[in-house]
Amino acid sequence: MADVAMKPVDPVRALSRRELRRLDLAYQPGFKPVAWFCILLLYAPILVLAVFSFNENRSVTRWTQFSLKWFRDVIANENIQAAALLSLQVATAATIGATICATLAALATTRTLPYRGMGLAYIVINLPLMVPEIVTAVATLAFFALGRVVLGLDLGVFNINLILAHMVFCIPFAYLPIRARLSGMDRILEQAAADLYATPWQSFRYVTLPLLTPGIIAGAMLAFIVSIDDFTISQLVAGPGQTTLPIYIWGQIRRGITPATNAVSTIMLVVSIIFVSLVFFLGQRRRR
Amino acid sequence: MEKQIAVEARGATKIFGTGEETVRALDDVSVAIRENQFFTLLGPSGCGKTTLLRLIAGFELPSAGDILLEGQSVTHLPPYKRLVNTVFQSYALFPHMTVAENIAFGLEMRGLGKAETAKRVEEMLALVRLGKLGGRRPAQLSGGQQQRVALARALANRPKVLLLDEPLSALDLKLRKEMQIELKRIQLETGITFVFVTHDQEEALTMSDRIAVMNFGKILQIGSPTAIYEHPTSRFVADFIGETNLVEVGAAAPANGHVRLRFAAGNEVEVALPEGVAPGGRATVALRPERISLTRDAARMLTGRIDNIVYFGTDTSFYLTLDDGKPLLVRVQNREGARRSYEVGEQVGIAFRPDAVQLLRD
Repeated sequence: MADVAMKPVDPVRALSRRELRRLDLAYQPGFKPVAWFCILLLYAPILVLAVFSFNENRSVTRWTQFSLKWFRDVIANENIQAAALLSLQVATAATIGATICATLAALATTRTLPYRGMGLAYIVINLPLMVPEIVTAVATLAFFALGRVVLGLDLGVFNINLILAHMVFCIPFAYLPIRARLSGMDRILEQAAADLYATPWQSFRYVTLPLLTPGIIAGAMLAFIVSIDDFTISQLVAGPGQTTLPIYIWGQIRRGITPATNAVSTIMLVVSIIFVSLVFFLGQRRRR
Repeated sequence: MEKQIAVEARGATKIFGTGEETVRALDDVSVAIRENQFFTLLGPSGCGKTTLLRLIAGFELPSAGDILLEGQSVTHLPPYKRLVNTVFQSYALFPHMTVAENIAFGLEMRGLGKAETAKRVEEMLALVRLGKLGGRRPAQLSGGQQQRVALARALANRPKVLLLDEPLSALDLKLRKEMQIELKRIQLETGITFVFVTHDQEEALTMSDRIAVMNFGKILQIGSPTAIYEHPTSRFVADFIGETNLVEVGAAAPANGHVRLRFAAGNEVEVALPEGVAPGGRATVALRPERISLTRDAARMLTGRIDNIVYFGTDTSFYLTLDDGKPLLVRVQNREGARRSYEVGEQVGIAFRPDAVQLLRD
């Protein structure tokens, strides 16, 4: 953006390679062991879980032989299929709803003149992040019960209860990256669009929205992942027969861990890795 | 034939903030800009020049007053309904579009046909000499090239008025000089009214047909570059444009639109009384350093001592202290080479022709 000839001399570049290394945290003594320890702490449990999902034996602690048996079991299991489908449905619906709300909220807290209560609005939008999840869960349950008793609403139809409950805690997760992207975007671009005869809607459609898309994708991804993963709220709000994947896994574990549980988790892990990589590569291509 | 008025501000006032902390960015400004003119708003930062430009573009609503385009009030029209286009200081190119898409944006928003749009984009790329770069993204261009794209994008719409908000300030000196000539050429070629905002007095003098000098939200003087330079009417304008000496003189009562001024060395000069000037006993005059000279003759206007002599190649500057203690600068062109005819510490006289004297309002 800035003019090439005006670029100030980069003070860091003026240092020699050796001097640079001395300043760089990565070259401090003891940096490597600490880094490896952190990585181990983060990924060892997941690695153990993934490895034992390929164990031929029933045990999740003693390795005998490589086998895909548990994966076959899981894929053939109709209960798991139903749970996975429900989780996907709820997560998709909640993600779409939450992302739309979050985008509108982000626009309203960055693309307007400062108004009284703007700071408060920001806090209110992000409050679900701070409220203990169990409190939200109990509150939502009580709220839905009230709706059922007073208004005779049965929100169990089409899993509306789960979708609404998930939307609530997904909104702040979707909101934060979208807002970050918006506040980093110069409003002069929208003024330029207006100057070039774009109505407010056209200016949003052709300038703001395309530039905001990476933020929206990031927000939607975060929302999707926290929704798919949610246990506490789902467990309390779900009615009979509404078994999401985390609720199913929890039920299985109570009857003793088998490699089948590991296999489900490994599948979820692989799916989310594929998901994240896809978004990453899409973003890379767009930049080119 | 008198040219039509393209843009006009009538009593335009803009107040920012509320309560105790209000700022009058623009204070009752009236100005009429004629068609096909290169009109410059010149002033230091915070003088209100950019605010006036934003009022014309429609990004701000005036607190009071009216903005007219071709005689029609547009004060309450949003920017997208005004036939003006802006070249922004930061260029504000759309980063997700190619150069050609950027230039086509305004045309597409107004629903111009595909073929016509493509033709217009080609024309514009040729006009700003970026022929082959239509497929590039703004981030792949240099600052000067981005500047040209911003210009092409605004001009593609053939606006009635083109507003330029310090468009050259981010460029280095050499590129800025090039773009000054380029802008002037494009303005002459297209015949579009340019309203150009700058704080660079040299830029204003070299490019403009007319200049409005602003300070503290007011227009102090409007005129051609020569009028502004040769005949400043206020202390601020005299001081802001080029170098000047401000000298206190005695003033007799004005008569027949003329007034007699008495300089410290005793000589008197009669000058025409500029509009709006009413000297009462004392007055301030502006003397350009290149229009006054040193002398050892008795016929002199002022007397002073030479403190310092600085050789500049084309000319030499003499820094003097006058008898009343005020500083004075005399610049002498080195027509006969660097011949030193005066020495530091010497008492000398200062002489000038009556038409070098510019009487100021304040």
